[in-house]
Parts: sequence; C-alpha cells; structure tokens
Amino acid sequence: MQSSENNVILSFQDLNVKFTLRGQTLHAIRGVSLDVLQGESIAIVGESGSGKSVFVKCTMGLLDANGYISGGSILYNGQDLTTFRTDDDWLKIRGKEIAMVFQDPMTSLNPLKTIGKQIQEAVELHQGLKGPRAKQAVMEILSDVGIDDPVRRYKQYPHEFSGGMRQRVVIAIAVACRPRILICDEPTTALDVTIQAQILELIKAMQKKYNLTTIYITHDLGVVANVADRIAVMYAGDIVEVGSCDEVFYDPKHPYTWALLSSLPQLGVKNEPLYAIQGTPPNLFHEVRGDAFAPRNPRALKIDFLERPPMFDVSPTHKARTWLLDPRAPKVEPPEHSRSLREKGVSRRV
Amino acid sequence: MSEQRKKLVEVQDLTVKFGSKRHPFTAVDRVSFHIFQGETFGLVGESGSGKTTIGRSIIRIHPTAGGKILYGGRQINGRISRQLDQEVTQKIQMIFQDPMSSLNERAKVDYIVSEGLYSRGHHLPEKERQEKVAKALSDVGLLPEFASRFPHEFSGGQRQRIGIARALIMEPDFIIADEPISALDVSIRAQVLNLLSQLQKERGLTYLFIAHDLSVVRFICDRIAVIQKGKIVELAESEELFAHPFHPYTQALLSAIPQPDPIGERNKKLLVYDPDCHHYGPENQPSWQEVCPGHFVLASQEELERYRGQL
Ligand SMILES: Nc1ncnc2c1ncn2[C@@H]1O[C@H](COP(=O)(O)OP(=O)(O)OP(=O)(O)O)[C@@H](O)[C@H]1O
Ligand SMILES: Nc1ncnc2c1ncn2[C@@H]1O[C@H](COP(=O)(O)OP(=O)(O)OP(=O)(O)O)[C@@H](O)[C@H]1O
Ligand code: SF4
Ligand SMILES: [Mg+2]
Ligand SMILES: [Mg+2]
Repeated sequence: MQSSENNVILSFQDLNVKFTLRGQTLHAIRGVSLDVLQGESIAIVGESGSGKSVFVKCTMGLLDANGYISGGSILYNGQDLTTFRTDDDWLKIRGKEIAMVFQDPMTSLNPLKTIGKQIQEAVELHQGLKGPRAKQAVMEILSDVGIDDPVRRYKQYPHEFSGGMRQRVVIAIAVACRPRILICDEPTTALDVTIQAQILELIKAMQKKYNLTTIYITHDLGVVANVADRIAVMYAGDIVEVGSCDEVFYDPKHPYTWALLSSLPQLGVKNEPLYAIQGTPPNLFHEVRGDAFAPRNPRALKIDFLERPPMFDVSPTHKARTWLLDPRAPKVEPPEHSRSLREKGVSRRV
Repeated sequence: MSEQRKKLVEVQDLTVKFGSKRHPFTAVDRVSFHIFQGETFGLVGESGSGKTTIGRSIIRIHPTAGGKILYGGRQINGRISRQLDQEVTQKIQMIFQDPMSSLNERAKVDYIVSEGLYSRGHHLPEKERQEKVAKALSDVGLLPEFASRFPHEFSGGQRQRIGIARALIMEPDFIIADEPISALDVSIRAQVLNLLSQLQKERGLTYLFIAHDLSVVRFICDRIAVIQKGKIVELAESEELFAHPFHPYTQALLSAIPQPDPIGERNKKLLVYDPDCHHYGPENQPSWQEVCPGHFVLASQEELERYRGQL
C-alpha cells in the first residue's frame, strides 16, 4: 500500500491536546506525530482512555468544550485544521471530507426522527437526490448494510432498533456522504460477527471504489488483522509503535504491544486467569516522566523512569518508542505470543 | 456437567412482542433454556435477534407475551408480589450494552455506582457507602478518586466499567452481562473476565453472558446458545459447539470470527447462511432436537438424521 503512492492525506505533527477540569489540566495527547496515507486503512489500537477517540476527534473539531489543542498541527489538503475556529470552517470538512462513525450509535442519531428521515437527509444533502429517488437510495443503503424489511424499518425510530442495527444505520449515513476519509471509532463492536464481516467488506469495497482512506479505532484485534494495512499502538496519549499489520502482529517491539497481544482470549486456557497487564495507566493530570508504560513493565530499565524514549526505526515502515531499541540496551526477548497466535489463528475450524 | 445441578433460571417458551396489537412484531419466539446455579451461560447470535430483549424480560423491564421465567423455581414474569419483586431487583443485576446512554449524565460516578443501594430501603451509613463505592471501583480497575467525576469525562471503556461496578455493588447472585466487554481494551477485558470468574468462584455467581466476541464467549462460557431471529437454533457445551456446529447458521457465525492473525484473516473462508437452505415445508418442520447428549439443535427429522450421521 505504501510503496507506490506515498501521498500523505492527513498529517499529525507533534499534536498536544489538553482538557481543563475543575482547575486541573489533563494532558490527553502528548506530542503525537502520524502520517495517514491516501487510500490506506490504518488501525489505532491501545488502552482504553489512551486518547484514541480524542486524537481523531481533533480532525473534525469535535473536542468537548473543555478540551483544546495546546500545540502541534494537523495538515489536511494544505490547511492546518488546528487553526479552525468557527463552525463555518468545520462545516466544509465535517461529513463531506472527513466523516466519522462513533463508538456509540445513540449519540449520533436523533432520537426524535425516524431512521429513514435521518439517512434521507444525508443522501439529499450529499448526493443531490430528491424525493422518491432519495427514498429509493435510502432503501438500497439499508439493505446494503444488511437491514431486512427496509420499508418497515424506514418508518421506525432509533429506540426501536437493536444496538447493532443502530450502528449499521450510522455507518450507512456516513457512507452516504461520500467522504474522502472515513474514521470508524469502534464501528462493529455492537454487531454479530457475520454482519461485522459484511460491514467490513462494505467499507473495504467503498474504500476501493472511491479511493477512500479509513482510520479504524478498535479493541478487536481480529478486526484489525482483517482490515488494517498499518497499525498505530497508543498508550497514555502517545503513539508508542507504528508499523505494517504483519510487523506489529508478528514482530512487535514495544513492551506495551507485547502485553496487549498477550492478553488475547485466544491465548487463554479455560478456567485459568487470562494474562492481564498489572497496575493502572498513568494519571494524565500529572506530567508523565520517562516512558509512560515503565511502572507497569516488569522488565523496565532504569532510564525508562527518567527519560522519554525517542522513536527508533525498526524498518522503513516500522517504528517504536522504547529504550529497548537503543543499541546500548540489554537484549530482552519478547514473549512467545506471536508464534502461538499464528498457530492458534490458523487452526480455525469449519 | 451432566449430573443433577440446581437450575437457577428457567426460561420456558418465552415470547416477547413489540409493536401494536394490529401490527405485532415477535422479537423473541418461544425461547426455552435454563441456567444452572454457578454457571456461565452464553447467548450469542445475530444482531437484532432478541438477546437484549431476553435479558430485559428477565429483569422485568419488558412485559412478556407468553411463556414463563422462573428464578429459583419461582415465577418472576407477569404479576408477582412486591416482596419477590424487591428480591429479584436486588439479586438479578444487568450490565447494560450501551455504556453511553445507560449512565445518568448529570450524576456523579459516586451516585451512579451506589444508586441501587438507595432504593433498597435500608439506610447505609455514609462512610460504609463510600467504602463500598471505592471497593466496587477498584474491583473493576478504576481509581477511587473517579467517584467525584461525571460520566462524560470518561472514555468508553471506563464508562463500561462504571456500569459493571454499579451492578457489583448490589452483591447480586445472578448477573446478566449484555456485551460487558465489547467497549474494553484487550487487557482491561482480560481483567474484567478474570474478575467475573473470580467473583463466580468466591460468591458462586451465575451469569448470562451476551456477547458478539465469540473468542471471549468460548473462553468464559460453560454452555452456549445460538439465537437467530428470535429463535434459539443450537445449544451445547462451549467446546462441543465449536467442535461440532450443526446448524448452518452456527457454522456461518463461527466461520466469521475475526482472528488476531493477519495471515489467517487473508485466507479466511466465510460461510454465508441462507435461510432457504433448509427447504422446510409443511411436511418437514424443524423442532428442538437433542443430537447427542447435551447438544441441541433446531432441525427437521431429515436434518437430524444427517447431523447424527456426521458424528
Ligand atoms: N471532556 C473531557 N474532559 C476531561 N477528560 C476527558 C474528556 N474527554 C476525554 N477525556 C480523557 O481523555 C483521555 C482519553 O480519552 P479517549 O476518549 O480518547 O480514550 P480512548 O482511547 O478513546 O478510550 P476507549 O478505548 O475507552 O474509548 C481519557 O483519560 C479521558 O478520561
Ligand atoms: N422498545 C422496542 N420497540 C420496538 N422494537 C424493539 C424494541 N426493543 C427491541 N426491539 C426489536 O426487537 C428485536 C430484538 O432486539 P434486541 O435489542 O433484543 O436485539 P439483540 O439481539 O440484543 O441485538 P444486538 O446484538 O444488536 O444488541 C429487534 O428487531 C428490535 O428492533
Ligand atoms: S524500555 Fe522503556 S520504553 Fe522500552 S519497554 Fe521498557 S518502559 Fe517501555
Ligand atoms: Mg474511544
Ligand atoms: Mg443487544
């Protein structure tokens, strides 16, 4: 994906985001840089609360009122999105250029409007269709995302849909806007795996057809393995590792990534506890010193507690922020998970 | 598993309908299953197939249109005594699917987590209440100081854990966990699953575990029921189900499980379920059949013979 067209469509440079909360400051994104390539599919994975949603919300001006970008830039199409101030600025981008499917479908649907109306509005606004033709398009979209009986469903309200059906509607609306970048924040967690597979195929097909760039945020590493060209791993407001899908799954370098992969239920033994990372993530109300993961890393080095590691290059496409990659570091073997993942994964049934 | 065990929850021919009298819509269609005391029973299947509705019927949020729900041998659907209602309200807790909309936005976490304690009637000394909140929060891996914050200040996964803390604080016997882990990161998920198992061992808890993540369901559940369009199509012990899925819907579902293995995913073969493949007609209607001990499937006589032949 990277080789031929290295077109950067969206570039985060040393991005910092803070929240003010009752006089205290929470440093949610701590100097993150990332280039998103035109047409690629990149997955952001990592701890809950590590800043994945906040990070992508910055591209749409959707930070909560108590949050602000305290440094860095986000370049899109020759403009720096961090300089946008008014809703007018954002209206040119939101939905049209960059669309987002949220983690929680209820927050993006209007509870007082029928499902049909809500999709139809998007279709009318972005595809220029009117009346019966717009309605026809809505029916098609509904069946595209696997909702049976679109005629009855068109007239229903969000609360009459199941969790998974609501999520499909949100995806339908986002796709109807024909954006250039589609950000999916936990797009399929509410879906059964067959519908999930269908939706992922749908997004992939859209991606090919419209040269769409997709950014996925998900905790489901199976989905990541399925959709991602590249993976960025986030921990405590920072991207600690980035690489191709295979590099991160089969040759991870950061101890947090190791720990993450070791926690997978596929590696669990029934009736025994699963591997889980000890301790809690750092309190981002305090400035983090050194490597944010060090206190939870049983094999942390002395320097981890003192100095933030730089990004080390592992390959032209693979980078990780860990002192272990420093030539002076002692050699530490990763846990065995990568090999066993591969074996267990391939031995799928049916 | 097959020895005589106490059935804590029995669902018999449960039917739940929505819509108006003139346009009824059957969301749950004559569903039957039971859950043993101390067991983790998984309910998986199609989105919109009625899983949440079943859970909500058990905790008496949805009225039932037919069938019975028994808890400890006593019927708890329909009209019941106030005392039984109170008992059920405390003993059965549900962790809700939607962490965003299920938390009261204007209340602090402290109140949200201990809300159930207030409605129980007997007054708890403030210090004890605070201790319980702190304990419940740390049980789910949240810092006790989070108690003074509001839900919108938390990430999705953090909010889901608030929902779990809120159920645990009631010290229930039976927990209906509706997608309790889907919003959680892999490590917290492992922590929560370990926590649920540990509580089960310590307190003999029973779970109805609803989830789409079949790798988790396989790991945590003793038995699994597969539901499709309001009907249970297959039920078996977890490993048995994964080893010998008979119903074509179950097979399609298992084939679609995403694996954390890029090479495997690239070579994955999806099975698609076509409801017409059964060729059911007036002569061969499906019924609930035991293919081998403990393994049930919805099948016609012809299918049943075929499935038995595959053993
Ligand atoms: N409005 C807000 N006020 C204060 N803190 C906030 C606010 N919104 C988010 N945060 C904090 O910012 C951090 C990052 O949150 P974010 O929602 O990006 O996490 P996430 O990585 O998406 O987690 P999850 O996987 O659970 O969704 C968290 O510590 C969260 O508590
Ligand atoms: N309050 C309601 N009014 C009308 N219909 C409803 C209501 N609640 C649920 N339904 C319908 O009942 C069916 C079952 O919904 P339910 O929420 O139980 O599904 P589910 O199996 O939990 O799905 P998911 O996995 O997507 O959460 C769906 O067709 C849904 O549209
Ligand atoms: S050396 Fe530092 S950066 Fe590397 S794993 Fe240890 S704590 Fe993390
Ligand atoms: Mg998030
Ligand atoms: Mg549900």
